[in-house]
Amino acid sequence: MLYRENGQFKTSYQADQQIFPISQDRLAILLLIAVAAIVVPAFASEYMFRAILIPFLILSLAALGLNILVGYCGQVSLGTGAFMAVGAYAAYNFQVRVEGMPLVASLLMGGVCATAVGVLFGIPSLRIKGLYLAVATLAAQFFADWAFLRISWFTNHSPSGSVSVGSLQAFGWRVDTPVEKYLFCLMFVVVFALLAKNLVRSAIGREWMAIRDMDVAASVIGIRPIYAKLTAFAVSSFIVGVAGALWGFVHLGSWEPAAFSIDRSFQLLFMVIIGGLGSIMGSFFGAAFIVVLPIFLNQALPAFGSLVGLSISTAAVAHTELMIFGGLIVFFLIVEPHGLARLWSIGKEKLRLWPFPH
Amino acid sequence: MGFFLETLFGGLMAGMLYSLIALGFVLIFKASGVFNFAQGAMVLFAALAMARFSEWIPEWTGIESRLVANVGAFVLAMAMMVIVAWLIEKLVLGKLVNQEGITLLMATLGITYFLDGAGQTLFGSEIYKIDVGLPKEPLFLFESTFEGGVLIGKEDLYAAGIAAALVLVLTIFFQKTGTGRALRAVADDHQAAQSIGIPLSRIWVIVWSVAGFVALVAGIIWGSKLGVQFSLSLVALKALPVVILGGLTSVPGAIIGGLIIGVGEKLSEIYLGPMLGGGIEIWFAYVLALVFLLFRPQGLFGEKIIDRV
Repeated sequence: MLYRENGQFKTSYQADQQIFPISQDRLAILLLIAVAAIVVPAFASEYMFRAILIPFLILSLAALGLNILVGYCGQVSLGTGAFMAVGAYAAYNFQVRVEGMPLVASLLMGGVCATAVGVLFGIPSLRIKGLYLAVATLAAQFFADWAFLRISWFTNHSPSGSVSVGSLQAFGWRVDTPVEKYLFCLMFVVVFALLAKNLVRSAIGREWMAIRDMDVAASVIGIRPIYAKLTAFAVSSFIVGVAGALWGFVHLGSWEPAAFSIDRSFQLLFMVIIGGLGSIMGSFFGAAFIVVLPIFLNQALPAFGSLVGLSISTAAVAHTELMIFGGLIVFFLIVEPHGLARLWSIGKEKLRLWPFPH
Repeated sequence: MGFFLETLFGGLMAGMLYSLIALGFVLIFKASGVFNFAQGAMVLFAALAMARFSEWIPEWTGIESRLVANVGAFVLAMAMMVIVAWLIEKLVLGKLVNQEGITLLMATLGITYFLDGAGQTLFGSEIYKIDVGLPKEPLFLFESTFEGGVLIGKEDLYAAGIAAALVLVLTIFFQKTGTGRALRAVADDHQAAQSIGIPLSRIWVIVWSVAGFVALVAGIIWGSKLGVQFSLSLVALKALPVVILGGLTSVPGAIIGGLIIGVGEKLSEIYLGPMLGGGIEIWFAYVLALVFLLFRPQGLFGEKIIDRV
């Protein structure tokens, strides 16, 4: 009764083709953005911003990028951390080396450089498929780890190997406090999420999905695999690169290559799988789950220990965390292999029939 | 020339150790189509069990014999690996039948985290040592041919010998025994194997146990070389290029791939490394594998991938 499309007649092509055809969806998204932009900054504490909200936003952006490649185009990549690193270091170099470079421009240029590297490492996907490709993309990961550690030009010859950025300034707005940083990230996330949502239902998005479902059949009906796969790599690594630049500039402030290690790649892949392959919404669910879970376990385990009268050492907490994290991932894969996004769409289906399910 | 040979031998020995881990990947992929990322964690888990049991057994029984401690620890560690295999089949793989490869891959990543945590909770997280009596002193070969001869670690030689013996045993197991034949049947075609009465779940437990056994042997050899610690589970990352280079489905491929990667890594580090700034070992293996794959997408010895619509 609350959520259904009957009675909403479309009288123009424009109305038929909007991103959210159902008016309740449009309302919900507007509400969500309003809450994120107005209510959350008013109530969340500084710790919330630093530890949860900002990492969540940036990692969901990266997961969104990865989801385009893995979920929509079916090319499994374990090198996401590398593309994030390329974005971050490229943005840093533009910021440091080009006089008067605006912040947003260098972030986007970081994305462009990540695109170039992504396409380069995407070329093998034309010949290598499936798990072979997944392992082959690790080449990008290890190469990037090495390059940013050993080639000192990338780090502007900083002696310690770590780089740091000064204060952030965009459009005459000093992005200083956690709230401002949060809003700055939110801006990027909203814009890119809408762009991605629009892109995956366009012609190119359909080509990606055709390649994902069966690449031979897709090429038989006239989809060029080279074009489809490489555009997926390009778009994906652009978004991932921008996310990497944000991670370095906004979240970390100063970083070294270990910030974009292989663990980061696995973490992002977990977000995409647990959130739901081939779903924009799913990227956000997955990111929320993976960001919040370790923090929750970290807080809850000692509390639980003291409740039953056991004092748990930090090492034991870390190991138990690993075990619970691994166990939960397996559990999620077993009960819902299609991810949290599937639960979301089941919920929407139920809501459509409510209160008269047939 | 002597130096070149020394590097070459060093590479071959290292390669043998890589193939030992790669073998675990191949066994499981062949039989269940799962790309088992947890192989490294299994190596760590097995090595931890081995190291700790060999410490504990003299304490429990009061027998101060190295041999008894090591044999006892080996048996107990193997029992642990069988239990792990059984649990993985029961709790994870059995529930994920007919899922896509990527989902299974992620599940094994979950298992990796779990095993890393469980191993360190049960057995502790310090650096332990395994001492099974591998000799440490170096050996000089060809002293008459070259100035100073060619230096080889005796330990490496033993390790390579053990690896070769293991491959031989596994080959006999796969080719000559009934269970081995059943394993190959499952690898060929799950449904056909099931329809002639081969119990899939038992086969999977056996395969994972065999992979556990390989992990244990690899863990003992690597552990006595480097010490048993968390970084041991990262050795698996070195074995990945070996697997894809040799082909995911081929046991000889794992061996030959290992040798190629081992030699390539060492030679590149010595002859290319100084030009590029050193430390290139880790990515060179991957790039080498990538270049090979561009010419043979299924690896050197993998089954040809045939696409049908």
